[in-house]
Amino acid sequence: MSSETLEKEEADSENGDVEELLVEEVSIDGLCGVY
Amino acid sequence: MSADSLRDRFERGLSSPICLTWELTYACNLACTHCLSSSGRRDPRELSTSEAKSLIDEIAAMQIFYINIGGGEPMIRRDFFELIEHAVAQRVGVKFSTNGTRIDEAAARRLAGIDYLDAQISIDGVDAATSDRVRGAGSYDQARRAMDNLKAADFGPFKISVVMTRESVEQLDRFEELAAHYGAELRLTRLRPSGRGADVWEALHPTLAQNRSLYQWLLERPNVLTGDSFFHLSALGSPLEGLNLCGAGRVVCLIDPVGEVYACPFVIHEEFRAGNVRDGGFGSVWTTSELFGSLREPGSPGACSSCGSYDACRGGCMAAKFFTGLEMGDPDPECVFGHGEAALAAKKVSIRPTPSPDHSRRIPVAVRSR
Amino acid sequence: MRDEAFGALAYHHGNRRLVFLKSRELVILVRSLDAYENVDEAIASTLPQALRDQYVKALSSLASSEIIHER
Repeated sequence: MSSETLEKEEADSENGDVEELLVEEVSIDGLCGVY
Repeated sequence: MSADSLRDRFERGLSSPICLTWELTYACNLACTHCLSSSGRRDPRELSTSEAKSLIDEIAAMQIFYINIGGGEPMIRRDFFELIEHAVAQRVGVKFSTNGTRIDEAAARRLAGIDYLDAQISIDGVDAATSDRVRGAGSYDQARRAMDNLKAADFGPFKISVVMTRESVEQLDRFEELAAHYGAELRLTRLRPSGRGADVWEALHPTLAQNRSLYQWLLERPNVLTGDSFFHLSALGSPLEGLNLCGAGRVVCLIDPVGEVYACPFVIHEEFRAGNVRDGGFGSVWTTSELFGSLREPGSPGACSSCGSYDACRGGCMAAKFFTGLEMGDPDPECVFGHGEAALAAKKVSIRPTPSPDHSRRIPVAVRSR
Repeated sequence: MRDEAFGALAYHHGNRRLVFLKSRELVILVRSLDAYENVDEAIASTLPQALRDQYVKALSSLASSEIIHER
C-alpha cells in the first residue's frame, strides 16, 4: 500500500477555502533502519 | 494552514521510536558470510533476563509499537520465549528474524500460539546451492524445514527474508513462487557493507543493471516487503513503497546484546553509538543523545546538491557510505546514476572503517540438524 | 494509538498500517466516539459545522485502515 500522502489541497470553489487531509498512512514495513 | 507530512515529521525525529531492532545475542550457530552484526560468539556481558524484561517494560511505557528481534540467532537464548511473551503481554508487537534451525515442530506450535508475533526466516538463495554458499552447508534445508513446521502448525503468514546479492537477485520470480507455496510474504532487503558484509560487499552487491531490474520488479509488486531498504533506487522513477527515508536515530534504532544503542543495525560502530541502556535506561539515550540530535537536523545534500533526484533518494544510505569509505555528503556507493562509483574511484586513498565489535567465530562452523 | 505533539500515531498489527492523525481535534474526536450514538452527533458536539465534511472524511479513512470500526 503506497504512502497515501500528502497534502492534497482541494480548492473549495464556493468560498476559496482549501481543505487538507487529516489522515496519512504508510505500511509499517516502510521504515528503513530495521532488520 | 498546512500540516507537515509523515515523511517531514519522521525526518526530524519523534519523541519515541516507532519500532526498533533489538539483537538479543551475538551467539549464532551459523556463520553467514555477510552477517551485519559479525555474530558467532556470545558476548559474556549480554543483558540478563531481568535486564531484558526491564527494557521491554520501558519499551512498552514509551509506547513503541513493536520490536524487531534478531541477533546472532535469537532462539539460542534460553529465555527467548519468556522474553517475547513478556513483550506481547504488554501489547508490544514482536517480529523476529531467525535462521530457522531451532524451529522444530514443538517450537512452531508454541510460536503459532503467540499473538502479535511475526516470524521472518532468512535464506540467501532459492535453492541450497545458492543459499548455502552464504549461510553454510545444510542451512537451506533447515530453513525449509522451519517453514514446513510453521505451515503445519498453522502459524499463519510468516516472512521469507532474502538479502539481495548478485546471485539472489537473479532468482526473484522463484522466490515469489516459494512464498506463494507457503502462503508466506516475501521480504527483500539491501546488502550493506556492514559487519562481515564489508568483506563480501564488492563481490556480492548487485550491479547497476541488476539494481535497475530489481527496481522495476519491485515497482510491479507493491505487496513485496522491503523494509524501505531500496529507497536509493527510487531516484529511477516513481517512488517505491514506503517512506523512502532513512529512519536511523529518528524513528528507529538498534539495541545490541550488551545494551549498546546504535543508530541502526547497519552501523554497529563507535561512530554511530548513541549510548548504553545500562546508563539510565533506553529513553534517556533516545532523547538526549548528541548523535541522534544531529541525525534529526536537516541534512545537507553535499555532493548531491546538483542532482535533480535528491528528494527521491536523499543521498541514500549512510551505512553504505560509511563502510565503503565515503563521506556522509557523498553519493550512495550504489547511486543509480553512477555518481557513487565515480566518488569511490576518485578517492586517492581509501580508508575504510573496520566494522567493530566483531563477535565472529574463529573456526569454521558445521551446521547440524537438531 | 499514541499521542504526539502534532496529533497522534496509530498502528494496526494485523494490517501493518501506521496511521498519522494530523490534528489534535481529530484525536480528541476519535477518543470521544464511544460517548456518542453516532458519528454525526460526535462531530456536531465537538466541531464547528464548517469542518464537518473534512472530519467525516478523516473518520472514513481511519475506518478503512481499521483503526476505528462500527459498533
